Amino acid sequence: MSENNNDYAPLQIHVPEPPFRPGDAPDFSNFDVPVAGATPRPPIDASREDLEPYSEQVIRVLDDDGKAQGEWVPNLSDEEIDAGMRAMMRTRAFDERMMKAQRQGKTSFYMQCTGEEAIATAQQRALREGDMHFPTYRQQGLLFAQDWPVSKMMNQIFSNIEDELEGLQLPVLYSFRDAGFFTVSGNLATQYIQAVGWAMASAIAGDTKIASAWIGDGATAEGDFHAGLNFASVYKAPCILNVVDNRWAISTYHDIARSGMSTFAERAYGYGLAALRVDGNDWLAAYAASEWAAERARRGHGATLIEWVTYRAGAHSTSDDPTKYRPKEEATIWPLGDPIERLKQHLIVKGLWSEERHVQAEAQYADEMREEMEKAEANGTLHEYDRPRPSPKAMFEYVYADMPEHLRRQRQEMGV
Amino acid sequence: MFDDNATLKPMNMIEAIRDAHDVMMERDEKVVVFGEDVGYFGGVFRCTAGLQEKYGRSRVFDAPISENGIVGAAIGMAAYGLRPCVEVQFADYVYPAYDQITQEAARIRFRSKGQFTCPLTIRMPTGGGIFGGMTHSQSPEALFTHVTGLKTVIPATPYDAKGLLISAIEDEDPVIFLEPKRLYNGPFDGHHDRPVTPWSKHDAGKVPEGYYNIPLGKARTVREGNDLTILAYGTMVFVAEAAIEETGIDAEIIDLRSLLPLDLDAIQQSVEKTGRCVVLHEATRTSGFGAELMSLVQETCFYHLEAPVARVTGWDTPYPHAQEWEYFPGPKRVSEALTKVMEAA
Repeated sequence: MSENNNDYAPLQIHVPEPPFRPGDAPDFSNFDVPVAGATPRPPIDASREDLEPYSEQVIRVLDDDGKAQGEWVPNLSDEEIDAGMRAMMRTRAFDERMMKAQRQGKTSFYMQCTGEEAIATAQQRALREGDMHFPTYRQQGLLFAQDWPVSKMMNQIFSNIEDELEGLQLPVLYSFRDAGFFTVSGNLATQYIQAVGWAMASAIAGDTKIASAWIGDGATAEGDFHAGLNFASVYKAPCILNVVDNRWAISTYHDIARSGMSTFAERAYGYGLAALRVDGNDWLAAYAASEWAAERARRGHGATLIEWVTYRAGAHSTSDDPTKYRPKEEATIWPLGDPIERLKQHLIVKGLWSEERHVQAEAQYADEMREEMEKAEANGTLHEYDRPRPSPKAMFEYVYADMPEHLRRQRQEMGV
Repeated sequence: MFDDNATLKPMNMIEAIRDAHDVMMERDEKVVVFGEDVGYFGGVFRCTAGLQEKYGRSRVFDAPISENGIVGAAIGMAAYGLRPCVEVQFADYVYPAYDQITQEAARIRFRSKGQFTCPLTIRMPTGGGIFGGMTHSQSPEALFTHVTGLKTVIPATPYDAKGLLISAIEDEDPVIFLEPKRLYNGPFDGHHDRPVTPWSKHDAGKVPEGYYNIPLGKARTVREGNDLTILAYGTMVFVAEAAIEETGIDAEIIDLRSLLPLDLDAIQQSVEKTGRCVVLHEATRTSGFGAELMSLVQETCFYHLEAPVARVTGWDTPYPHAQEWEYFPGPKRVSEALTKVMEAA
């Protein structure tokens, strides 16, 4: 090491730490809870300069009493909001059932989105048929918002004989082209620039479809995220660039992905893109912001990054134990609350819902998922080697459009 | 493969590659071309010159210096239904895109069971001989042949370059298209101290106008011979020709053209006939594609072999600058290997 024979103090490396670790009493009193309705809704062709404040202030529609406030209150019918509630509740019921299924050894792996259900279920409602999502593993809400058959998801999770991917891909890394749901990669951030490319293609082809890119806070540190922002800005790609900041990338606090000095939305501002910061646990705000960004993209004004402020209430995956790195109570005192509870409150205020009906609905969806799981189990589960399973042939058949000779020989060598 | 009445036109490899783009862009509006400097300027090697003017900026355009961005965006375009053909300015620059190529492009079909596909061509100049040093001379073919889901192609002549590039663009899967940059202007044989014959004086520099294709996975017998089989591709095809001329050995030269899929039948037939085999490549030796070729020859032709299979390759060092011709496996080293294999047993 060098000798400090000068008047400079030794430099020190700064490694950000989360404010609370296990054993600490978490305290969000410094968290700036946004005021519902305080943020004006700009026109969809607003300039980057006009949008500058939006990369810091957080858009919120639902207030603490469940009332919808301000210019961002979306123009949705009671039925549409009710459908949003149903989609969130079914997503959660599905997650609970699949977490149990994994613990019962019926599959290798599962990933829940507890606490983040509003974001995907609301955005799906703002998009149109033919648009394409490039999701991560935590956007199952996109599927529930379009009533995608639960059986298709469960069969995939169990890698059974009805799995449309024939067991080739890890559980929850779905591919549902007809649902506008691009094949999910296990490698993070790669889909972000692909979504931008898909949107560029739509513009090259003179189409009117848009793409929606998804990423978590942690993976925004990858180069593909930044390439995505740059390409989206350079080519004015018609897409939505979602950043779901749930504060935790497995055990890593979001200040490691970006210093605590800036927001994720401010990243976009630097690239010359529109950006919004939104209360991700507010289903009405999530819909309104998605609808704004979708319209902006579809009218040719380019991409919008939406930073969703939320909290990963569950574990990262079935392989993770968050009590090892964060206080257990953090999720329960998270100041933006729970998205289902908040929309429930709103529906109750509007006279469309009640506590009794909520309990009834919870039971109904739990029953639905139990019944669906029984049906899916009848098709087999991952470790049942004595029952019909996806054919080993499949692994050779989908590598290339036409099987090359060397693969044909290897398949024969395997004896199938 | 092409109309016998098609007019033959003298082209160097650059012109042949440009012509392949032109033919495919004319035939299929889904073909789009982008990369660093490829738009208005037409590429640092001029392979896309004139295309933007002819087909417009929405189909031929410049990209940011971001190989992961170029390939990642192209994957998204291919998933949409376009047929991108992108340029990576030098093969040495491809590594930021390696994740997108190997983990994404190569597996989109597999992981979605064909719901999404990736008909994408990634072109890149490869190989040395231009005093490009360690960052403009690499031959990374083995890094792609090792990845299932990709096809890897290397033409050695203008005629093959056009026909193979057309096949690559038409292919339903991602194709890595390596262009030996030392062959762009003529069939360089490794004699760096002699002037290079231009393609206009070579038969393979006469290229049919219009559409034709050369199927991926078919080798080309450059020269028939009885004493020994040389397996080569790219620049080494012409080095092999020079070595044969200088040694007088009656060797058969197989230009593999496509490393994956590989024409194993052509290799097997030739080695069974000659009983001797020398493998050539410019890339570094250890775990190079030559190792795969030697294994395959051993597995399929062992009882026909009269001598151990030999290989001549680049040394296991970074590509040096001033020592380019000591690194490059030129005719002298190839001749020595041929002679040694002929003398064995």
